[in-house]
Amino acid sequence: MNSAEQIARDVQSGSMSATSVLEMSLDAIRARNDELNVFLYVDEQGALEAASSIDARVARGEHVGPLAGVPVALKDNLCQDGIPTTCSSRILEGWRPPYNATVVDRLLAAGAVPVGKTNLDEFAMGSSTENSAFGPTRNPLNPSRVPGGSSGGSAAAVAADMTPLALGSDTGGSIRQPAALCGLVGMKPTYGLVSRYGLIAFASSLDQIGPLTKSVTDAAMLLEAIAGHDAMDSTSLPEPAPSLVAHVNDGVAGKRIGLVRELVDGADEDVVASVQRAVEALREAGATIVELSVPEFRLGLSAYYLIAPAEASSNLARFDGVRYGLRVNEGDVTAMMEATRTAGFGEEVKRRIMLGTYALSAGYFDAYYGQALKVRTLTIDAFARAYQQADLLLGATTPSVAFEFGSKTSNPMAMYLSDVFTIPSNLSGEPAISVPFGTGEAGLPTGVQLLGPGRSEAQLFAAARVLEIANG
Amino acid sequence: MSSPLRREDVAHVAKLARLTLSEAQLDLFTEQLGQVLEHANDMNALDLADVVPTAHPFGLVNVVRDDDVRPSLDHDKVMAMAPDAQDGRFAVPRILGEAP
Repeated sequence: MNSAEQIARDVQSGSMSATSVLEMSLDAIRARNDELNVFLYVDEQGALEAASSIDARVARGEHVGPLAGVPVALKDNLCQDGIPTTCSSRILEGWRPPYNATVVDRLLAAGAVPVGKTNLDEFAMGSSTENSAFGPTRNPLNPSRVPGGSSGGSAAAVAADMTPLALGSDTGGSIRQPAALCGLVGMKPTYGLVSRYGLIAFASSLDQIGPLTKSVTDAAMLLEAIAGHDAMDSTSLPEPAPSLVAHVNDGVAGKRIGLVRELVDGADEDVVASVQRAVEALREAGATIVELSVPEFRLGLSAYYLIAPAEASSNLARFDGVRYGLRVNEGDVTAMMEATRTAGFGEEVKRRIMLGTYALSAGYFDAYYGQALKVRTLTIDAFARAYQQADLLLGATTPSVAFEFGSKTSNPMAMYLSDVFTIPSNLSGEPAISVPFGTGEAGLPTGVQLLGPGRSEAQLFAAARVLEIANG
Repeated sequence: MSSPLRREDVAHVAKLARLTLSEAQLDLFTEQLGQVLEHANDMNALDLADVVPTAHPFGLVNVVRDDDVRPSLDHDKVMAMAPDAQDGRFAVPRILGEAP
């Protein structure tokens, strides 16, 4: 499938119809969805109506938006009016949201064509998409491996050429890690840049919606379309969407890029080798490489696996069988709630709710949750010090290439360690991007991560583009 | 270091979280949650007495909108998704005990 950039240009000029682009997308989904389990729901009718409307507007000579006719996949924790939205959980099976997430409205306004909802780890809790109540997604590059998670379905949709664009959500790495494992570009934007209205909350102070694409330019186009202030999200940044596409080819000449030891140590040799080659590519493009150590990043994992479950235990209290989703009738209202939650939530979700409830409970609050919030401060301060020495930071996205199914499911701590390099940016609320660079074990792609201070998306895309060109 | 978490703690937390755990799940969660808390002990080794906690990356301030009337979600559409409804309201099983 062509890039979003190419498709939008062809549809805008009338040299290709949005309907024919959509047919290609739907054919690709039909061909591999049974094998890979990427889409939980395909909205063929709604997508055909959206595409026909774009074609009609092109025929009338109207302006059709920067993503005209581009099929896009939505992670199934994003609400679309009337379209089943499950979070890959039994507790929401059959639920149809009564409204659009802001990102969905903005995609439609930009001319994009939402084609369906993609699989995820239940409530975005996981790093392999093995925690879905509706079965795991397979990695299109090697179906015996995981696609990463939690946005594994969105990553697989793009990697399998089902759609050129997908949206995911990133709470501890859930866009960047699957992007790395599926050979894609994936960005977690600055906290507040993209409205979270209509994103079903996992950990509200960490969650952020972002793009998964094959190219850096496509990621910049998609982010530009969905970013900018939204009155419906009280944590939304005040300014309109920044100009991103225009800066993609700005390069890295004169930039200082910090290679962070803690974002490389512990990674497999193949991953480390790719980061080293990325260092050379950036240097050749005119950047100065500074070697840095940020020991606070090592504490991030501990803080994250208390803060995120604590927020989740609070957010997921709303799933109690009263207003929407599953209800298991049993005894009085409390018995009904307990029976509903016990039947509706999967094991990993229960584990996180338990962990969060414990960390917030009387007697343990200060020792665990309180301590984690202080470590969050240390992480933010450590980033600020690092950015005095470097404009951007560099490291690995994940410790390994895509792993085998079942290899980490019996040991939650081993699975959590998949997020060790991605978590610091969620704690600080700052942006980071994973860009495919090189290959590792079994010929699978390795991802390199670039991190920047708040609102540095344009610089991150420019540096990622340098690596994209060097990667060939 | 031994696990800081006891089986009865896990049972208590399950009750708070409105989850029913089987005996086998209680054992499993005691072990697994203990591992996560043990990992978190690296934080407890630090002296953080003077560090200000961060609950939110950029600090939260109250955001209020103008006090004007706007359409809200369609009532019937919202109620159509309710597991049980009566007279346009969410219906739930008995909340209070029987009268003595």
